[in-house]
Amino acid sequence: MPKLTIDGIEIEVAPGTSVLQACEQLGIEIPRFCFHERLSVPANCRMCLVEMERSPKPIASCAMPCGDGMVIRTDTEVVHKARKGVMEFLLINHPLDCPICDQGGECDLQDQAMAFGFDRSRYAENKRAVKEKNLGPLIKTFMTRCIHCTRCIRFADEIAGTPELGATGRSEQMEVGTYIEKAITSELSGNLIDICPVGALTSKPYQFNARPWELRKTETIDVLDAVGSNIRVDARGGEVMRVLPRLHEDVNEEWISDRTRFACDGLRRQRLDRPYVRCDGKLRPASWDEAFAAIAERLEGLDGSQIAALAGDLCDAESMLALKELMAALGSANLDCRQDGAALDPAARAGYLFNTTIAGIEQADAILIVGANPRWEATMVNARIRKRWLMGGLSVGVIGPNVDLGYRTDHLGAGPQTLQELAAGDHAFAKTLAKAERPMLIVGMGALARPDGAAVLAAARSAAETFGLVKEDWNGFNVLHTAAARVGGLELGFVPGEGGRGTAGILDGARNGEVKLVWLLGADEIGADRFGDAFVVYQGHHGDRGAHRADVILPGAAYTEKNGTYVNTEGRPQRGKQAVFPPGEAREDWKILRAFSDRVGRTLPYDSLEQLRGHMAQVAPRLARIDEIEPAEWQAFGKAGKMDAAPFASPVEVFYMTDPISRASATMAKCISQIVGEGEKRTGTDG
Amino acid sequence: MLADKDRIFTNLYGWQGWDLAPARARGVWNDTKKLVAMGRDAIVEEVKTSGLRGRGGAGFPTGLKWSFMPKEPDPKRPSYLVINADESEPGTCKDREILRFDPHRLIEGALVSSFALGAHACYIYIRGEFYNEASNVQKAIDEAYDAGLLGKNAAGSGWDFDLYLHRGAGAYICGEETALLESLEGKKGQPRNKPPFPAGAGLYGCPTTVNNVETIAVVPEILRRGGNWFAGFGRPKNSGTKLFCISGHVEQPCDVEEELGIPMKELIERHAGGVRGGWDNLLAVLPGGSSTPILPRTQCESVLMDFDSLREAKSALGTGGLIVMDKSTDVIYAIARLSHFYMHESCGQCTPCREGTGWLWRVMQRMVKGNARVEEIDMLLEVTKEIEGHTICAHGDASAWPIQGLIRHFRPEMEKRIRAYRDAAHRDAAE
Amino acid sequence: MSFGAPAPESQQPDGFVFSAENLKRAKQIIARYPSGRQQSALLPLLDLAQRQNENWLPRAAMDYVAELLEIPPIRAYEVASFYTMFNKAPVGRHFIQVCTTTPCWLCGSADVLKAVKDETGLAPGGMADDGSLSVIEVECLGACVNAPMVQVNDDYYEDLSYDRMVSLIRALKAGEAPKVGSQTGRKGSQALSGPTSLLDPALAVGAPAKPKASRPKAEAKSAEKAEPEKAEADKVEAEKVEPEKADPAKVEAENAESEKLEAPDGETAKGRATAKTKPRPPSTKDKD
Repeated sequence: MPKLTIDGIEIEVAPGTSVLQACEQLGIEIPRFCFHERLSVPANCRMCLVEMERSPKPIASCAMPCGDGMVIRTDTEVVHKARKGVMEFLLINHPLDCPICDQGGECDLQDQAMAFGFDRSRYAENKRAVKEKNLGPLIKTFMTRCIHCTRCIRFADEIAGTPELGATGRSEQMEVGTYIEKAITSELSGNLIDICPVGALTSKPYQFNARPWELRKTETIDVLDAVGSNIRVDARGGEVMRVLPRLHEDVNEEWISDRTRFACDGLRRQRLDRPYVRCDGKLRPASWDEAFAAIAERLEGLDGSQIAALAGDLCDAESMLALKELMAALGSANLDCRQDGAALDPAARAGYLFNTTIAGIEQADAILIVGANPRWEATMVNARIRKRWLMGGLSVGVIGPNVDLGYRTDHLGAGPQTLQELAAGDHAFAKTLAKAERPMLIVGMGALARPDGAAVLAAARSAAETFGLVKEDWNGFNVLHTAAARVGGLELGFVPGEGGRGTAGILDGARNGEVKLVWLLGADEIGADRFGDAFVVYQGHHGDRGAHRADVILPGAAYTEKNGTYVNTEGRPQRGKQAVFPPGEAREDWKILRAFSDRVGRTLPYDSLEQLRGHMAQVAPRLARIDEIEPAEWQAFGKAGKMDAAPFASPVEVFYMTDPISRASATMAKCISQIVGEGEKRTGTDG
Repeated sequence: MLADKDRIFTNLYGWQGWDLAPARARGVWNDTKKLVAMGRDAIVEEVKTSGLRGRGGAGFPTGLKWSFMPKEPDPKRPSYLVINADESEPGTCKDREILRFDPHRLIEGALVSSFALGAHACYIYIRGEFYNEASNVQKAIDEAYDAGLLGKNAAGSGWDFDLYLHRGAGAYICGEETALLESLEGKKGQPRNKPPFPAGAGLYGCPTTVNNVETIAVVPEILRRGGNWFAGFGRPKNSGTKLFCISGHVEQPCDVEEELGIPMKELIERHAGGVRGGWDNLLAVLPGGSSTPILPRTQCESVLMDFDSLREAKSALGTGGLIVMDKSTDVIYAIARLSHFYMHESCGQCTPCREGTGWLWRVMQRMVKGNARVEEIDMLLEVTKEIEGHTICAHGDASAWPIQGLIRHFRPEMEKRIRAYRDAAHRDAAE
Repeated sequence: MSFGAPAPESQQPDGFVFSAENLKRAKQIIARYPSGRQQSALLPLLDLAQRQNENWLPRAAMDYVAELLEIPPIRAYEVASFYTMFNKAPVGRHFIQVCTTTPCWLCGSADVLKAVKDETGLAPGGMADDGSLSVIEVECLGACVNAPMVQVNDDYYEDLSYDRMVSLIRALKAGEAPKVGSQTGRKGSQALSGPTSLLDPALAVGAPAKPKASRPKAEAKSAEKAEPEKAEADKVEAEKVEPEKADPAKVEAENAESEKLEAPDGETAKGRATAKTKPRPPSTKDKD
């Protein structure tokens, strides 16, 4: 443990700590541009220079490891002069166009120029201008503003694993870009905007839309995948202007995926802002009363077994609980939160959780991915695997789609047969797994949401047991969910009750007339033709697939418009918060269900969200322990059986559109035409 | 004057062949085995005794540098010697003569030095423009392999040694040792942060010593004749012989090997035929390549060509490349042109150098015309100080020093230029 | 000195692959570096690609080399745009690079540029319509004692003046192979008037015997005037050296030629015969 003196204060730090970090531990602020905690250290901006005794020149504190007996000074004439000088150099070729720059108000260069710079420029020469680069539909460039800190290059290389950015040329003609014009193909590209300390890389969809000081900031949770990324929703008036990441070391660190960030314009389009009732085959606007009346009328005389409910992928736990209890009150046990029919066993938690946890990936030394494309299904989980891979000593085997995950993988095979061979030890990777100290198995919905899902799950469990994935202090068995609502639904038991029907049964019943009314709570992933003649109530926020088939539409709230609990793939309950009000007559979902229960005389016993949550804490206590993960006990799950030879296919066909919100997003549509489309074109000519 | 018998580079002018047979006739490869047999420690000691300081510009004691290398071999992290043949400092063309006319001297030095460093492999990084020079070196390497002087049991020394040539592609900055290593790894030549130093983590993260061509080429002769022989030339801590390149306004521009510490005036008059138009026609000299601050004639009278004497004169020995300017020279342009050079050659990573070198050049361009204010001379000086010492490598410093030297010694000239420009402008306005 | 952007699409070839021989050579080059360190071969391979492609580096070649070395293309773009010797756009068959850094400038590089301009009509950055010549200004090429000088493709032409530059260009245009090196006939970096060191007969094997007159004022000296001097020097040297190497100018030219035949990376930009470099196995010691 080196001990050093900084500004006269002695401090002992962990070996490998940089002088800059040691200063921070003492609360001494060191200005910096190029340094970023999660990226490699180039020490090129030279803003963090400090004085070190016995060094003739000031040193870059970000790159200097603390040494025993070092004497550092951060508040001297030399240091002030150095900072002022660097600041001046950064500004001589910077356009100083802050009034028209989207970074204005949240710009490191602005802030540090105020704190450390001169109050005027001595530069009398012409300024440099740099051509804009087209990096695709998400990132707007203004490269004249670039200060060459290379954070974006390092992010693309190190975190995203898509080395497409570079600094080409040299001297003052060095330019950051792709050299050959192309869109960035990373699913994490939006983070470039956040790490750019100036206004060189800004958000294209957000450009010239708002100023940071106009925005109301709400800290909440993302629901566009099952990771539960922590986000901040910035809104102005009733409109969500942008989504930014929020730090959660164990979940998304400080990054988010492009869908999480950029699909938010989908919140403004295709919205259901009033109830509708189908009359003569056509959906017509209606009042809440009329809509409720239409449902109540249809319910009349129906036996509980003729009623069913399906919860979709974006639902909050509170509304699922309310719907479950409404169904119970109506005498129905036909409900399911697995609209894709995934063979998950609600009775065995270990069989449906990402048990290792996301942060736990960093301990793993071998990973077998079965039927999943984590890059598209859970981008932040994939980023964590890449982070682990970069540390070295990680082997990754893949059974399923052979895709570029941004790190080296062994593609072992495409379908269940490979899994069997592996379990039988007939595969080189079997040795890797058996040798590994902390092996992981990740099973995706591509392996479980198929008719033989239960058998695949059983095979995966048996492989886990064969290779010793589950030990006293390590559970390497993981299910990778794609739906934010899924684990919450399973924890609440939003699954068929005694004698009830599951998704397949409900759809069969609807087709053969045994099920007369289906209540879809944001369930949009089931084809309209599969409900037969059943009366469909669609409660949700977008005019997507579910609404198109509906007989009655009850306009609900999107995730930014309600307070709700979501449980991520790890089993981590987190609370989303309302940032804006639902549009028009739309209401928070639990309230709709509560109101309807009243209308049919089966009043649910809660009048406020607090009461509902209090009740939920009794029904499912884990959901009240926010941000805590309760490890699951290992037990039997899955059902051994014959597996189909069909290859596993990821449920996510296109990263940019997976749910009603991203399907409504114009930005996501642009990504598909400009990034995915280009990619195909490239493959076409290259291949 | 250095006696011919004490000159190491006896084919400096290429009178004889560069290939193996004539090289042997000059004494190269003469019982190299015996030099290696001295043992690692003895070689390093002898080099320390010789007082040899790096000939590439910085002048770091070679023996000391070598002693930083790990003593115990680690098969996972082999040691490397990398020879810096990226000679690009304006005013310097000495390594080129070794490379094209005496490559075997270098190759022998590479073997002996690598042995002393515990290195079984060595790369020579040669600037890309030296295409024909590289041809000679490569051919000499091939000859040496064929003659058993390289490879397994090189020269019968019992030491296995491989030598490779690597050509650069046009970047002055690759003469900086860590930039050179980056370039050798196939990257842009952007200097690395230190620590770690190359002796700890250099090429491919392995222990590495980077030495200049001339430094390595003199090692075998030092070992043959003894460190004390070499140390006998020049003054203490400034010992040995040195290749000097005398360019610019002299009657007979040439390279010559001389004793360190030879008076500058003697060097110019004896070997380069004197200043064009006579010594009194001398304006100034850049004594050791473009980075070293300019010395006006008065200082040139007495200064000695060694590390300490030139440092006392607020300049440096650098590479030993003297750029001589007579009184016809527009000294402001001469320095402004160097500012362009440093701007052009900045690798671009550090803010002060990337932005500052362009600023310096633009102001210097105006200074050439006199299109500036007198106060801007001080501002220019301040800008050089804002660059100096604030960058990863010494390129920033090197861009600052020529201008600092100019202002130190030629400020009146700059002011005169500014006044003349202003007067002319006023005259034009009046007419 | 060409940083930055690649040539426009219209000039870019559709694809690039190494010729069979260059592919073989590329593998030899890669073998110089420890396994897993193949990126080290990036500069040499880009150079090889440039030599195969009329002395410029198209984007397809960068992509190809990157793929060969298993590195992302952007790393090749970065390197290609960082180093000045990689020409990102077509250059003339005779690619004249005029050094104008201070030591050359002091000795008359402005005259050399003027000679280029007068003789070819080209300013730095220009290329003749027929693609025979192109001219750029470059930074110090490291032959300062022989200033002013130019590099044409791989070769240095030194001790130039206005007239000597004119002669050089005319010779290039006429398809001749002008003598490489000093254009005043001096050997290497020795003083034109004769050496001041290495006079000891034991060391001076092969030295020119007779010191010449003091260095002519560069500006005043015309190529015509230099010729007799050179001839005389040649004659003097001829007496000293072994018979079969009677003409040092010829020897030098031959050397230059034969050296190129054994050049490290083969073909010169002029498309001369390719090298036969004997590859050396990389040391087993430096493989991790």
